[in-house]
Amino acid sequence: MSDLNVGEAIPELKVTPDKYLPHRYAGASGDFNPIHIDPEFAKAVGLPNTILHGLYMMGLVARSATDVAGGDPGKLKRLSVQFRGMGAPETEIVVTGTVKSIDGGRVIIDTVAAQGENQTIRNAEAEIEL
Amino acid sequence: MTVKTEAVGKEWPATSYEVGREKIGEYARVVGLDNPVHFDREAARAAGYRDVVAPPMFCVVYSAPALGPAMFDPEVGMNFAAMVHGGQEFEWGEPACSGDEITTTAKCLEIFEKDGKGFYVFETRSVNRDGAEVVKGTWTNIVRGV
Repeated sequence: MSDLNVGEAIPELKVTPDKYLPHRYAGASGDFNPIHIDPEFAKAVGLPNTILHGLYMMGLVARSATDVAGGDPGKLKRLSVQFRGMGAPETEIVVTGTVKSIDGGRVIIDTVAAQGENQTIRNAEAEIEL
Repeated sequence: MTVKTEAVGKEWPATSYEVGREKIGEYARVVGLDNPVHFDREAARAAGYRDVVAPPMFCVVYSAPALGPAMFDPEVGMNFAAMVHGGQEFEWGEPACSGDEITTTAKCLEIFEKDGKGFYVFETRSVNRDGAEVVKGTWTNIVRGV
């Protein structure tokens, strides 16, 4: 992990959240917004179906960046994301990233989380300490 | 229509949260983390933490409650039916470990209008019992058609 180079891709993280993942994430996080857990409610407010919590997907981006730092949670110092596309359960999420800069022991990684062509998180910037 | 901006600079009362080992484990399992430092006290201590350590993004669990009153404040006046979570930033300081009591305060940083959308930016600051900052969060909510 100390041989990272600018422009280099970080290992991809692929996760397919199951149908009930949003329920478990709601319980774990305390965010019970019905757009994530109630298909009838989601459709009534114009969504195609229930959608993933944005902060769950941000959690996957954090996991990916932490993995680059060897898995130590204390190495992730900053994470900034923009939520754009909506994420759907039962669809594979792929987190990809590229090393943007290295300054001393601080590494900045540009990250995207996507389901196919749908970028659910973009302009994500993670700062890790090596 | 235009957004109301009188809530910019407003702060809301602090909330307090005691971090627990099982809650950390529940969160870690949901996001697929298997590092034993999130589940096992001895493993966490061996890695240099005081106790079972929370994953960084566990910060939403202890900091979001402070934001609730801010988001629902009529002075802020956000239209929830048209709101999306547009952006999020966290900057971490001291790790959050099981047994820590974390106090979070929320403040409205900015409210502005751009391209027919309202942007509502809040900041949360979370500190532990020693007064050390654990995380600073910047939460951006976007309301369509203001």
